[in-house]
Amino acid sequence: MRVEFDEPKCVAAGQCAMIAPAVFDQRDEDGVAIVLDATPPEEEHDAVREAAAVCPAAAIRLAGE
Amino acid sequence: MNRIVVAGASAAGLTACETLRREGFEGTLTLIGDELSLPYDRPPLSKQILSSQWEPERLMLRTEAQLAALDLDFRLGVRATGLDVAARTVRLDDGTAVSYDGLIVATGVRPRALAGSGAHFLRTVGDALELRKCLRPGTRLTIVGAGFLGAESAAVARGIGCEVVLLEPAPVPLAHAVGVEVGRFLSEIHRSAGVDLRTGVAVSEVVDEGVVLAGGELVASDEVLVAVGSVPNTEWLADSGLEIGDGLVGDAFCRAGPDIYAAGDVARWHNPVFGESMRIEHRTNAAEQGMAAARNLLGAGKPFAPVPYFWSDQYDLKIHAYGYLRGHEEVEIVDGALAERRFLAVYRRGSRVVGALAAGMPPKAIRPWRQAILAAS
Repeated sequence: MRVEFDEPKCVAAGQCAMIAPAVFDQRDEDGVAIVLDATPPEEEHDAVREAAAVCPAAAIRLAGE
Repeated sequence: MNRIVVAGASAAGLTACETLRREGFEGTLTLIGDELSLPYDRPPLSKQILSSQWEPERLMLRTEAQLAALDLDFRLGVRATGLDVAARTVRLDDGTAVSYDGLIVATGVRPRALAGSGAHFLRTVGDALELRKCLRPGTRLTIVGAGFLGAESAAVARGIGCEVVLLEPAPVPLAHAVGVEVGRFLSEIHRSAGVDLRTGVAVSEVVDEGVVLAGGELVASDEVLVAVGSVPNTEWLADSGLEIGDGLVGDAFCRAGPDIYAAGDVARWHNPVFGESMRIEHRTNAAEQGMAAARNLLGAGKPFAPVPYFWSDQYDLKIHAYGYLRGHEEVEIVDGALAERRFLAVYRRGSRVVGALAAGMPPKAIRPWRQAILAAS
C-alpha cells in the first residue's frame, strides 16, 4: 500500500490523524495533513483505508491496493 | 445476502458501497443515482467551484478505475420512486424495479424552495456552474438565507466583486447553530467585507426583478440565490410503511426497517453520544454513516456514535466545529477573543460539553474538546 495525498485539497479536518495517528499528523499552524509514513506496515492498513474513506475532501488515495 | 441496493450515489452511498466490498460482500451491488455525473463532492461547490478556482473534474470522489474495481451495477440518472418492504423491491423512474436482500437509503436532501421563480439554488454541480456563470464584478446578487451555504456563497461573490445583499429571517444569523455571540461575530465579518446583511427580514417571493419582502419592498437584483435549508428526499418512501419524520428514521444502528439502513443527509438516527435523535447534513457524517450503515447491514451490530464535525470557509477565515451545537444552552469563549477573529468557543448543555467551535485557530487546538464531548457521554 502506498499513500498518495493531494495536499491542496486538504481541508484540515484532521479525521485522518485521529483514525490513523501512526500514518497521518496535522501541521501545527494550519492543520493541513502530513503523511508520516507513505508505505505503512500491514497492521496500519485497515486504519489507513478508513481514513481515506472518511476524508471529507477525498484528498487521500491509496495505490497498490 | 446476495443482492444489496444502495439508493443515492453521493458521498454516503458511495462510501457504503466501498465499505460493503471491503467487508467482503461479493454479491450484486446496485448503486442508484439520480444525477448523471459520477459521484462527486459537494462542499467545494460553494467554495472552489463558485470562485472558479477549480473545475468540476476536481470534484470527482473516485476515479473511473476505482469505481470499476467496486464491480457495481451502476444506475446513473435514475431515481428511486417507491419501496415495497414486504416484496423487497425498489421501483425506479425508468419503469423498472430492482429486488434486494439488503437496502441502504442515502437519497440525500434537496434545497427548500421559496415562492416565485427564477432563483438559483446550490446543491448540484450544475447549480454551481449555472450560478458562477452569472456572477461578474458589479452583479447585484441577493442571497436569501444566511446559513453556512448562503454565507460561504456571499464571501465568494464579494471576492468576485458582486454587490451582495444577504437576507436572513432570524435576528442573528446561525444563532440556533453556533449561538448568538458567534452568530454576531460572523455577521460582522460579512458586513466588514461589504455585504449588505439584513436580518429579521421575511421574504415573500422571488420575481424577475429581484426579491419581494413580506412588507412589499423589492430588493432589486440581477441574480437571486435561495439558501434557506433543505428537505430530505423521502417522498419515495411515503407508502413504504417506514417511519418518516424529518428524514428516514432509524435506531442507534441506523436501521430503519427489515435489512434497511439509512445514511447521510436523509438519515435520522439515535446518536448515543448525545442521547438524542438527530439528522446531520455534514460532509464527514455522510462518509462515516455510510460506513456504519454498510457494516450494520452485514451484521456488525455496532451503534453509530459519532461526534459530528463540520468546517466552513468564509473569506480568509476557517471555522471548525465538533459536536451537536444545536443542543447547547451556554457558550463560553475559552481561548482567544471574538474581536481578534481568533477564538475557541465551547458549548454546554447544563454542565455537559456538547460542542466546540474554533475560528482562525490552529485546528489541532480543538481536538482535545472532541475528546471532552465523547468523555461526557
